[in-house]
Amino acid sequence: MVLFLAKRTVGLLATLLAVSVVVFLVMNVLPGDPVLVILGIDSTPDAQAALREQLGLNAPLADRYVSWIAGVVQGDFGTSHSFGVPVAGLIAERLPLTLALALSATLLTVILALALGVLAGSNHRKPGDWGVMTLSQLGIAIPAFWLSMLLVLLFAVKLRWLPPGGFPGWGDPAAAARALVLPTVALALVQAAVLARVTRSSMLEVLRLDFTRTALATGLSRGRVLWRHVLPNALVPVVTIVGMQFANVVTGTIVIENVFYLPGLGRLIFQAISNRDLLTVQALVLLFAAIVVTANFVVDILYVLIDPRLRGRLA
Amino acid sequence: MTARRTLPVSLAIGGALVALMTAAALLSLVWTPHPFAAIDVANRFQGPSADHWLGTDQLGRDLVSQLMAGARTSVAIAFVAVVLGGSIGTALGLFASAVGGIVEDAVMRLADFSFAFPALLFAIMLAAVFGPSLTNAIVAIAFINIPVFARVSRAAANQVWTREFTLASQVAGRGGFAITVDHILPNIAAPVIVQATIEFAVAILAEAALSYLGLGVQPPAASWGRMLSEAQTLLYLAPQLAIYPGLCIVAAVLGFNLLGDGLRDITDPRLSRRP
Repeated sequence: MVLFLAKRTVGLLATLLAVSVVVFLVMNVLPGDPVLVILGIDSTPDAQAALREQLGLNAPLADRYVSWIAGVVQGDFGTSHSFGVPVAGLIAERLPLTLALALSATLLTVILALALGVLAGSNHRKPGDWGVMTLSQLGIAIPAFWLSMLLVLLFAVKLRWLPPGGFPGWGDPAAAARALVLPTVALALVQAAVLARVTRSSMLEVLRLDFTRTALATGLSRGRVLWRHVLPNALVPVVTIVGMQFANVVTGTIVIENVFYLPGLGRLIFQAISNRDLLTVQALVLLFAAIVVTANFVVDILYVLIDPRLRGRLA
Repeated sequence: MTARRTLPVSLAIGGALVALMTAAALLSLVWTPHPFAAIDVANRFQGPSADHWLGTDQLGRDLVSQLMAGARTSVAIAFVAVVLGGSIGTALGLFASAVGGIVEDAVMRLADFSFAFPALLFAIMLAAVFGPSLTNAIVAIAFINIPVFARVSRAAANQVWTREFTLASQVAGRGGFAITVDHILPNIAAPVIVQATIEFAVAILAEAALSYLGLGVQPPAASWGRMLSEAQTLLYLAPQLAIYPGLCIVAAVLGFNLLGDGLRDITDPRLSRRP
């Protein structure tokens, strides 16, 4: 188990390093001149040279990468040229909102998907199953940003129950929570559609196994067998998909924050793009990719915790 | 289980939706009820009428014409991106499978690795360096297709490599490239085509999201995603503008997903009876 953890951790670090190299190369080597992008092609050569010096673009590529990544490791992402403050500060300010949104959406996804998946799986080829599968096929086809607009139309414009967007800050927790309801639901419904299908088919596999029949034969109630015996054994594929979906949700926040005007990392990345603030974009892309990679790492570990049978094989 | 002669329901519905969308896209090349970008401010925010079947938007542009032109954009981008990414990915998968060993491992590790960059992040990087454009969107969507097809084609090809006719071909002295082209490729066509159909749906969703965010199709070209982003600012004034483009996206994505499911049912009988 320790060896397994050590191997996986080394793998994670190597992947993160490779991710940072790719992000750096895409942002710095592709044939676009950041100076011209920032200043425009009509700018004077003097201004271009000054900015090039300020951005540290005159140093060799490898040196620039090393000094960038050395800073990143110490939590220093450089200074944003459009905001005029350290990028790390911008991130720290906005990270809580994005994380709160991503975590609450993932939680809601899991709750909805398990409930719907168990409902469908235990009513195989009955109306309940058919209904869940149809809903899920529709859910997979709906873009989260359009679902957001529909939710705003219904709950903000027509019913006026919830705000259509914006964020009041964490000072008023109730108002903050209200502002996050619609974005959370919009993110979660689409993901839950996928996860409910996975839960259903995994349930059906386990329902066929002998121990399920034995459990039923010993006179346990159907509900107890489903939730205590079948579901835990059906969770391994579900956890895999949850991990991938957490990554989807995190990148999904980029879109959803822009729909609801939420001041998180996703909005920051767009402000940075329109300000031509390459250093900030670079830091944020690295951060998002790192979250995706780390989520997959956590899933790999979780497998082993959920399914002890895998431990022997991995050691 | 008796063999069923009837087409799967998913194939019929999916095929119909895809045919409808493709027909609208093709028709828009030669005819739309009005020029889709024609501005007519005097007639803005009109309801449905004989002249404007679904009404007009905030600039008096005809909605039906814009939706048809949007279908063209969606189909064209999805087609280019999936064919581009699919060809590269399939070639890589076939190559990995034919060579095997360290090369195969390396290609597959690269495919795993590229999942760290979802299309949206990739498009954001490209937009930051080059400025937002249609080309960036296509490149980003094509890029995420490469590892998907590499995996599918490698897994399928590895199976074919164990079959007797490939072994016979090897014994007869044919090289890996010749066997790949003559025997492997035709035998993995089915799963690759099924995957392509499903990736079409993914590409349409991705294009809509990127265009919605302003990272895809630029004005004046029509796009469902951009129509939605324009409609969002008018949600209180003209909610109907936010409905139709979204319905089109859902219909298109649903169509390709169902078509893919149906094709898989036909081409892979082992999967078709699965719960």
